[in-house]
Amino acid sequence: MTVDERFPRDSREPEDAELLGTRNEIITGPVADWATDFSHLEPAWAADPYLIQDDLRQRCPIARTERFGGGWLPTRYEDVSAIAYDTERFSSRQIVMGNFRPPREIAPIGGAPPISSDPPFHHDARKLLLPAFTKTAVGRQESATRAFCNSLIDAFGDQDVVDAARDYAQHIPMRVIADMLGFPPEDGPQFRVFVENTLEGINLPPEERIARMTALSDYLVQQVHDHLDNPRDDLTSYLLNAELYGRKLEASHVVGTLILLLIAGIDTSWSAIGASLWHLAKTPEDRRRLVAEPALLPTAMEEFLRAYAPVTMARLVKEDMHWRGVDMKADDWILLSFPAANRDSAQFDRAGEVVIDREINRHAAFGLGIHRCVGSHLARMELRIALEAWLERIPEFRLADPAAVEWSTGQIRGPRVLPLRIG
Amino acid sequence: MKLQIDPAVCQGHGRCYDLAPDLFGDDDEGYGQVLNDGIVPPGKEPQARRAVANCPEHAITLLEVTEAGES
Repeated sequence: MTVDERFPRDSREPEDAELLGTRNEIITGPVADWATDFSHLEPAWAADPYLIQDDLRQRCPIARTERFGGGWLPTRYEDVSAIAYDTERFSSRQIVMGNFRPPREIAPIGGAPPISSDPPFHHDARKLLLPAFTKTAVGRQESATRAFCNSLIDAFGDQDVVDAARDYAQHIPMRVIADMLGFPPEDGPQFRVFVENTLEGINLPPEERIARMTALSDYLVQQVHDHLDNPRDDLTSYLLNAELYGRKLEASHVVGTLILLLIAGIDTSWSAIGASLWHLAKTPEDRRRLVAEPALLPTAMEEFLRAYAPVTMARLVKEDMHWRGVDMKADDWILLSFPAANRDSAQFDRAGEVVIDREINRHAAFGLGIHRCVGSHLARMELRIALEAWLERIPEFRLADPAAVEWSTGQIRGPRVLPLRIG
Repeated sequence: MKLQIDPAVCQGHGRCYDLAPDLFGDDDEGYGQVLNDGIVPPGKEPQARRAVANCPEHAITLLEVTEAGES
């Protein structure tokens, strides 16, 4: 057993950030006016956030809510991008909008560096990860990813109807990230629970939320111990040996980054793959064209990422200020909707349509500015391979039952139930 | 024509080297770099323009260079 005093084997200190910080009253229930009471956790939002956002963009355009202790929802591209670039006035110290704000002292590192980090620490934490996520580096996973996609399709056997979210999309990023982190591939079902707990359990009572997050960090510490005992060539061992400012990373930094890579690496790509297949299943002309013109896929894929951008981020306002017509208070949330920005007709022609041969597509699906998704090249590889393999093997498919499709709630949007009739 | 990337603005989205691999490459951290000092060979102008038009950060500039080399 290898001893690393950062990771004691016999005790678990409660995370300070879980004990400090502030909690607000949890408010749930149907929304009457999205301009003054928005909630990204209500079923109407999950069913179709675009209608809501398009309406707000016309008449608002920065919506307010008193839920979650108070927050704002900008819906124009220019406002979303301005906030993404303005790390002086908007902090990333918590990027999941809910009923808990960690203490200010957690900045500039945050709970899951570098996504939760502010400058100047952000740059250094991010730099550690970048080499593992370049297009070249992730390209090394491509053939294994393709083989895995084909094995999932093989497993469909002679079924007429398959669930493309449950039986296909979700497994692809789970397997890829498990390989990169060096976690057991058979732990996939646990990853799914962790993802749902982190991103969809927002309105649960605090004790339950803390218990669920503790289960995740306990799992990760167990993986860390395994890597200390059996170091190997993967991202976990890399993080355990990585140094910043002349010393190894703090335990909280290692575990926080593992949380980021595991959670952000899974449901995002799962959502993008699922939403793309959903679109093709209900749009036969686009499906036939992509089957006939596979070279169009990289262009089409960017359009799916624009129109069905899975990721919405959050920020916290640093100080009271008047900003573009609204009075923001310190610690107000910003729900930073890249999906809303991507459908702003001031920025995109035919913003509400899916145009699979769109030549110019400056979408913000992977964010803008210093927090550009560190896994964007990995996500693009997974999405391209997943769609290529599917379209090669299953050129004919349609929604088995449009009403049966279910979408996730919260900041990551994608189909979680997606029955398709194939063949 | 000549391409330039502003390294202070580039965030490594990689759209340029995805769309115009003859004109752009990436460094060890995934940031975009111009190839061949940014000189756009004849016939590659559409690729260059496509890369410029798809950079989410507006980090790429396409300079019209005169024969004397002035832009």
